[in-house]
Amino acid sequence: MSGMNGTNEYYPSLLRGLWALTVRELKKWLKDPVMVLMLVLQPLIWMGLLGKSMNINAIFSAGSLSGVTIPDIYIPGSYLIPPVSGTLVIPGSFITQQLQQAFSDLGAKVMQSAFGVTDYFSYMAVGIVSMIVVMTTMFSGMSIVWDRRLGFLNKVMSTPVSRAAIIFSKVLNGTLRAIFQATVILALAYLLGLQLSPTFTLLNLLGIYAAIFLVGAGLSSVFIAFSLRSTRMERPMQIINLVMMPLMFASNIFFPISLMPEWMQVVAKVNPLSHLTDAVRQLTILPLDGTALMLDFVYLGIFASVLSAIGIVLSWKYLTK
Amino acid sequence: MSGKDEVIVAEGLTKVFNKSLVAVNHVSFSVKSGEIFGFLGPNGAGKTTTISMLITILRPTEGRASVLGYDILKEANEVRKVIGVVPQEYTADEDLTGYENIMLCADMYGIPREVAKKRALELLELVELTRFKDKRVETYSGGMRRRLELACGLINRPRVLFLDEPTLGLDVQTRTATWNYIRKLKEEYGMTIFMTTHYLEEADALCDRIAIIDHGKIIAIGAPKDLKESLGGDIITISIKEGADVSNLIRSVENVKDVRNENGSYRIKAEHGEVTAPLIIEALRKNGYTVTKLSLTEPTLNEVYLEYTGRALRDSEETKEAIMMQRMILRRARGG
Ligand SMILES: Nc1ncnc2c1ncn2[C@@H]1O[C@H](COP(=O)(O)OP(=O)(O)O)[C@@H](O)[C@H]1O
Ligand SMILES: [Mg+2]
Repeated sequence: MSGMNGTNEYYPSLLRGLWALTVRELKKWLKDPVMVLMLVLQPLIWMGLLGKSMNINAIFSAGSLSGVTIPDIYIPGSYLIPPVSGTLVIPGSFITQQLQQAFSDLGAKVMQSAFGVTDYFSYMAVGIVSMIVVMTTMFSGMSIVWDRRLGFLNKVMSTPVSRAAIIFSKVLNGTLRAIFQATVILALAYLLGLQLSPTFTLLNLLGIYAAIFLVGAGLSSVFIAFSLRSTRMERPMQIINLVMMPLMFASNIFFPISLMPEWMQVVAKVNPLSHLTDAVRQLTILPLDGTALMLDFVYLGIFASVLSAIGIVLSWKYLTK
Repeated sequence: MSGKDEVIVAEGLTKVFNKSLVAVNHVSFSVKSGEIFGFLGPNGAGKTTTISMLITILRPTEGRASVLGYDILKEANEVRKVIGVVPQEYTADEDLTGYENIMLCADMYGIPREVAKKRALELLELVELTRFKDKRVETYSGGMRRRLELACGLINRPRVLFLDEPTLGLDVQTRTATWNYIRKLKEEYGMTIFMTTHYLEEADALCDRIAIIDHGKIIAIGAPKDLKESLGGDIITISIKEGADVSNLIRSVENVKDVRNENGSYRIKAEHGEVTAPLIIEALRKNGYTVTKLSLTEPTLNEVYLEYTGRALRDSEETKEAIMMQRMILRRARGG
């Protein structure tokens, strides 16, 4: 072996370290066949169960009146203006038919005004993208607990690699996974009948990725800081359980905010997932509303900056203790 | 400050956890260029905590230290560039291959890919893992993992290598092989090595100088041979047939420095044991006692440890526990 004595003249750039650490995680992820299967299976199950079972369209459809039988109506001719002799008969089946038509039209109108689209499945499928983004970014942040436990983190910290690269690699890993998954879900949803709005172009995907990146970065920075600092392994898991439900249901993922009780509307409006979901809907199934989209992005931008700052400061303190 | 050949200098280095647990208590020592310096002490003595401070991943509560002249606090990044670290745990990524792991380490130092590739292959050759380089680390044995860690720690061609319990949990054969790698690094590449261990034989066989550490304090420091000689002689153990206490009689023999009666067996510390032992037998026989058993040992580090702490440095139980912990963590890591 030649020249073990030579001094080491190299120095890692932030990007090099960041990239290497991120690739490590992505490699681990892609090498795991179960992981890839889960990637497809999980959204399929969710879309199948939630999107198709909560078939809100059906409530308003003609079918929901099928059990209703309306008797024929007899009106004595003397009640009519001008009076006629005999009896007027309005067949019940005719009324049913008219009602069904009216109900169905009404349903479409209600759907349109409440959800912005006429089919609930499309509405729901986009919501699932948001759900997966939260789950994935949080779960991938948790890997730092293992890195710490198994000594990997200490080893990396004894090298000149930037501490920022260590934290950012986790954030980047989480968001890249989320973006990858979101693409898979949207593609699957499209195959299952998601109706894209005419304003959709493939370029919109970039907007979707940007929105996911912002939410993912904000959530995962804070979560990573928390995982780093918690002394017990199960803490991060408990936190996920605690925040998942409120984040999911106090948002527009399943149901429009405008129809929620007022106190909940307040929560749902500050919930970043509402803005993420709205942004993705704007970019896929809704006719694009530029102002609404911009407001979403402004909100998400602020959210990401504030939470990343908090998370990075906390992690930094831990890593340099 | 320190002389030029002092590679590591620690002065009053102290770490207090949670404001109350004093893990390392004002330790001072220096390591000379090209030597293997060992920290010997039982589990929980503060060895890992000391190493962690020296390799800049833990901030001392008090005191200071430098590596190759760089202050561990003010010039941490300079320190990180010139040191290699082989931690106590197996830190290699289970899901990646041995080669991928080494390359990941190279990335952490910013070594250009081409250079790194060449070095990685050389190092794999050095630790005899070339055949397994494309296998996942998951499939490696304990000894192979240790060697892989060693290779990772060498990728930046460090001038100082830190080894934390380098043979923890390895069988005797693998342990001896690991010693040979470490000796080779010192002899062929003139590397300075700081290591910790709780195996007496390891400290004795490998280290040029050791510091015995107990409850965070250094209680003795020096070459193993000097430490043993400082005890002032050999250990003679004698038993006699009769029940009487003959401690005073033995003590009157020339060169005998200390006698302890341990349930009818006498533990005698004496200079020039091989000359003194016959004199003791002679004296006992003259007084009508019959010697039934006799043994003569040169003192081991265990005697040194015993001398300073009043306890024996027992490997067995603590070690088993540590190994169990390690195995458990590994299994859990794999199980997901
Ligand atoms: N991060 C930590 N927080 C609190 N106590 C710690 C921490 N690390 C080590 N200790 C304690 O410090 C003491 C010394 O530990 P350590 O340096 O790991 O010993 P050794 O490596 O010699 O076995 C032990 O009592 C241990 O419990
Ligand atoms: Mg230790």
